[in-house]
Amino acid sequence: MKRVKRRYLALQIDSDGVPSRKEVMDAVWSAVAKLYGEYGASLTRLSLIDYDEEKKTGVIRTSLVAVNLVRASLASITSVAGKEAVVHVLAVSGTIKSLREKLKL
Amino acid sequence: MRRVFADLHLRLNVKDPAATLRMISKAATLGYRLIAVPLAPETPADEVAKLRAICNETKIDFASRVDLRPRTHNELLHQLRRLRRKFEVISVACENKQVARQAAKDRRVDLINFPSLDFRRRFFDKAEAELSSKSLTSLEIDVKPLLVLEGPTRTRFLSNLRREATIASEFHVPIVLSSGVSEARFLRKPREMASLAFLFGLGEASALEAVSQNPKLIVERNREKLGSKFVAPGIRVIKEGKDC
Repeated sequence: MKRVKRRYLALQIDSDGVPSRKEVMDAVWSAVAKLYGEYGASLTRLSLIDYDEEKKTGVIRTSLVAVNLVRASLASITSVAGKEAVVHVLAVSGTIKSLREKLKL
Repeated sequence: MRRVFADLHLRLNVKDPAATLRMISKAATLGYRLIAVPLAPETPADEVAKLRAICNETKIDFASRVDLRPRTHNELLHQLRRLRRKFEVISVACENKQVARQAAKDRRVDLINFPSLDFRRRFFDKAEAELSSKSLTSLEIDVKPLLVLEGPTRTRFLSNLRREATIASEFHVPIVLSSGVSEARFLRKPREMASLAFLFGLGEASALEAVSQNPKLIVERNREKLGSKFVAPGIRVIKEGKDC
């Protein structure tokens, strides 16, 4: 079976409140579904790998083919859990290790 | 070489210095190095100087811009004669076809803009694109409606943008992606703006050009024209004095 290539995206949530892990992922899924529908969203293979509530940063994983689609959806998010929010992409990488290295720079 | 990212449509309330500073600082934090703020044609010079000073403080380049909304092509010509030498960027909001055609063929116009919600008045067709490509006029696309609209309206808007982006690339009309926002919460990083352009079929390279090279070229070209050494395209004064 052909291996699915993945991409890891480091996110920074810019909002007044402190959204939980679930609220962040709900906002991401809902943005993807709004723009691409349920079928499109299912192709992204999205999952939240890591989330730091204090720093409001997280890492999500998606398939390589859907990375542009996910980036567009993340940019379209205007609220998380009913509160105004912006989700910025800090870095994109092929492995978690190189993602962390990029963020250290 | 590092890209210089630009947002040529940052709508600020110049009467509120605190909010202005906040927005400009936010733009600088997000990675913009050049912004243009639409001003009223009669904006006093000291207000422009204040804005320029705030931008210098935040290490961001400032370009003055005016948005024209003429009703007829004669009105547009009159406004261009009056304002071209006062502003670094001139944008025309095309409310009817007559104005759209005149704006597209006039070399003094930098950006043409169409109403985002009134789809019948988006006159960017092949004829408009051909005129624009000859006069170096760029098509400006604001991303704010993409963030604010929802449902069928956004779908129709995206469909229109996709058609316009295809025509623009066919006729080599530069696209400029601007934020068009007046609130900090709608400001996005330049690369995020570029990724929003993916929604209407702009490739990554073209989208990045639309937030960096294309707007930067407009401002550089106009600064050269507004400079005292400019005579005509390709001709400029390099030395003055008795020994010439």
